[in-house]
Amino acid sequence: MNPHLQDAVASLSRIVLGKDRQLRLALSCLLARGHLLVEDLPGMGKTTVALALARVLGLTHHRVQFTSDLLPADILGVSIYETASGNFRFHPGPVFTQLLLADEINRASPKTQSALLEAMAEEQVSIDGQTRALPQPFFVVATQNPSDQVGVFALPESQLDRFLMRISMGYPAAAAERALLTEPERRDLLLGLAPSLTPEALIELQREVQQVRTAPALIDYILALVHHTRAHPALQHGLSPRAALALRHAAQAWALIDGRGSVIPEDVQAVFAAVATHRLQARSAGTAPSAQDILAAVAIP
Amino acid sequence: MKKPAASRIDALPQRSLWRLLGVMLLVIAPHLLRLPPWESAAVLALGVWRVVATRRQWPAPHAAIKAGLTILAFVGVYASFGRVWGQHPGVALLVIMLGLKLTELRARRDVVVTVFLLYFLLLTHFLFSQELWTLFYLLACTIAVTAVLADTHHAGGALPARLALRIGGRLIAQSLPLMLLMFLLCPRIPGPLWTLPDDAGAARSGLSETMSPGDVARLASSDEVAFRVRFEGAIPPAADRYWRGPVLWAFDGRSWSAPPQPFTANPPLQLEGPGYRYETTLEPSRTPWLFALDYADASALPERTRLSSDYELMSWKPVNERLRYVAQSQPRHRAQPDLSDRERRRLLTLPAGYNARARALAQSWQQAGGGDRAIVDRALAMFRDEAFFYTLEPPRLGRDSVDEFLFQTRRGFCEHYASSFVVLMRAAGLPARVVTGYLGAEKNPFGDHYVVRQSDAHAWAEVWIAGFGWTRIDPTATVSPARVEQSLGALGSGTRQAREGLFGALDWQTLRYQARSVYDWIDAQWNGLVLGYGTDLQRDLLDRIGLGNWRDMLLALTGTITATLLLIGGLMMRKRRPAAPTDAALRLWRQATRQLQAQGLPQNRGEGPRDFADRVARERPALAAPVRALARAYLQARYEAVEPTSEALRELRLAVDALKR
Repeated sequence: MNPHLQDAVASLSRIVLGKDRQLRLALSCLLARGHLLVEDLPGMGKTTVALALARVLGLTHHRVQFTSDLLPADILGVSIYETASGNFRFHPGPVFTQLLLADEINRASPKTQSALLEAMAEEQVSIDGQTRALPQPFFVVATQNPSDQVGVFALPESQLDRFLMRISMGYPAAAAERALLTEPERRDLLLGLAPSLTPEALIELQREVQQVRTAPALIDYILALVHHTRAHPALQHGLSPRAALALRHAAQAWALIDGRGSVIPEDVQAVFAAVATHRLQARSAGTAPSAQDILAAVAIP
Repeated sequence: MKKPAASRIDALPQRSLWRLLGVMLLVIAPHLLRLPPWESAAVLALGVWRVVATRRQWPAPHAAIKAGLTILAFVGVYASFGRVWGQHPGVALLVIMLGLKLTELRARRDVVVTVFLLYFLLLTHFLFSQELWTLFYLLACTIAVTAVLADTHHAGGALPARLALRIGGRLIAQSLPLMLLMFLLCPRIPGPLWTLPDDAGAARSGLSETMSPGDVARLASSDEVAFRVRFEGAIPPAADRYWRGPVLWAFDGRSWSAPPQPFTANPPLQLEGPGYRYETTLEPSRTPWLFALDYADASALPERTRLSSDYELMSWKPVNERLRYVAQSQPRHRAQPDLSDRERRRLLTLPAGYNARARALAQSWQQAGGGDRAIVDRALAMFRDEAFFYTLEPPRLGRDSVDEFLFQTRRGFCEHYASSFVVLMRAAGLPARVVTGYLGAEKNPFGDHYVVRQSDAHAWAEVWIAGFGWTRIDPTATVSPARVEQSLGALGSGTRQAREGLFGALDWQTLRYQARSVYDWIDAQWNGLVLGYGTDLQRDLLDRIGLGNWRDMLLALTGTITATLLLIGGLMMRKRRPAAPTDAALRLWRQATRQLQAQGLPQNRGEGPRDFADRVARERPALAAPVRALARAYLQARYEAVEPTSEALRELRLAVDALKR
């Protein structure tokens, strides 16, 4: 494995304890040039994960706390008339950064949520009729509370689809929680963390991800999974072709982190839940098959 | 807190209820038109109550009310029909009970019961109508009912209407082949497909054993099919298509009838000339007369029929259901060359004090002499030469109908001519009688059968001439020869040819005629092939395919169904079965996993090779090294490149071999 990558994984797991799997998923999401959605209850370390990622990858980052009165201009920026020069000058918003941490994204109004949409899909923003490119690499790591909490606007499917992965943290294991309570504050540790990667190295790694081989047999497997969801009676819609692509990219990144030059079915299975579940909708509530159910039902061709 | 699911009724989505009500209306709609008005109103009111009660969430009615309504329903049906069994009261009871079921429609189970009641109710439609449109209507109903059934069984929410209908349609479509097979092969009870109970149907129009002026003219306006004929071999010319029906000999001055006679042996009948063999499908007439061309061959009578002393073909009992029979006729004949005195007296009787002028005229012919033939010719000459008209709307006649017709109105229909001709003959001393039946037969251009309609009804005369026997004389033919040549319907539309010239093929009349022909052809096929498919046809069919006896047939039925199901099952399993591996690496891997499976270590569905190897290593540490090596080699061979390299394959083969050891 790439030594820098190894270092990054090690640093991350020093900050966030006992969540190796989620950290690897988060990392492979960014390596696959995808945006990440972290969903969990308040206080489960969502923000910490996002900050740690920014730190370890050596990316410039801004954090926006989403609230219900947040306006699109608060994220994208605004042109202000300057009396001295007699011109409008653009004041870039927090979106002009390499890693945007959108905290509690589902507390903002749909209008503000959708302002992020173009930025996420096109890696550019249009303000006052002018298109401005965002820095490279550009990631959005959004966190959200489960939508059955009070005062949230659930993200629409189209917006959920923009996120390559959705992961949730879950409670830490007993030992990890004990360490959390006895050791110094995570935030302090975070400040002392040295970056393991540079943005250039990250872009290089992203290029490597695309070169990870996917044999025909593996493509067949991804197709089998996708078709299974489309024919599933309990699901409203199956996975889209974009989801199939996402599955391939994420599996490639996972294989790279695992130090392999080709994808094996286990890689697909490892990322499947994170990539697929937020894109699937049950026909009626509570009847959707879990990712595990789908994986267990589809034979590997 | 949510209520525990078990304590809740398995409630029904409102949308499903609306659908059920709609389908119920569809199914009982034809019955609603036939039932007593109070009952139709009551059933509709129950439906409306159901809708309002559901919308307003009214509580279910008390059990006492329901019981009261049920008793009232019985009383009402009894009051309307005088009994609670039989065809009409039975259907009436079923429909009202279906309506009452709405008062206790709460859970899914009730809907299922209602749906099965609806299926049963569908069958009862066949008791009233077996026409083709009924079939299509009921097929649509069946699909709708099945859709409701599918919808009912769908847990959680109503299905989209189109999906439910598609499921219903598909289920019915899938069952059609089985239905056809059962229809063709299942042992049939002798008799028609649907035996109507005695109280079914009203009186039919058609010829009867009496004839008053105006009777046949009334029939002439009816387009109903009397019977259909299929000739085997030669087809008689139009002038010979006299279908003999009731023979009337007793005259009371106004109407002709055929009072029962003491049984006499059949008078001798010599048939000559060409013969015709034909199969007739007679619509129910509720009389015992069958129709045969003059004269039916007594040696080739259909089953359960006899030839009367007047050469009528009679069934043993009234024809209440569509009847198919094969008869044989020869138009050239010598019938009853000798007439006994008693017979002669009977056939010369005229009521005293009626039609004095006609009798006087006939007697003057008799006195003029010249023999029997001359008298007949004189009478025909009178019809031909004097101003007699053939019309469907003759003026009404009074007491001396024959006198008034012959000397005043001179406008009449076949029955007037036949009746007055026979009166004249009798008055002139020639035994004569009126024969009613049908004249003509229209070929259906789409099938090989001929149709005889009620409008083809006709009356003619028979005169007994010494030395020749009974001779058919058709006085109408002398007045209106065209009547014999073409059917009455065509005669009525005299403008047809002119129109054809103007509008060509788009002529309305021609189109109507063609549509009628097509419908008639379809109807004939339906009657012949489906409704007429009884024991006889089935035996014919089975004989033809070599399954003549019951045992073979049952064996074939069981065998065919089993084979079909096996075939379907096999095909489905084949579709499910994974394709045989073409990939060399996959084949080697399968070989190895089969071996591990034999050792109680099956690879789970959806379990990756590496995970599988890890699990085997955990469960059977002795196998850890070779299985891990195997998985590694397999992943290398299968997932490393587009095509496995020969090196990777060799490695995999070695790993598989290593596992065997």
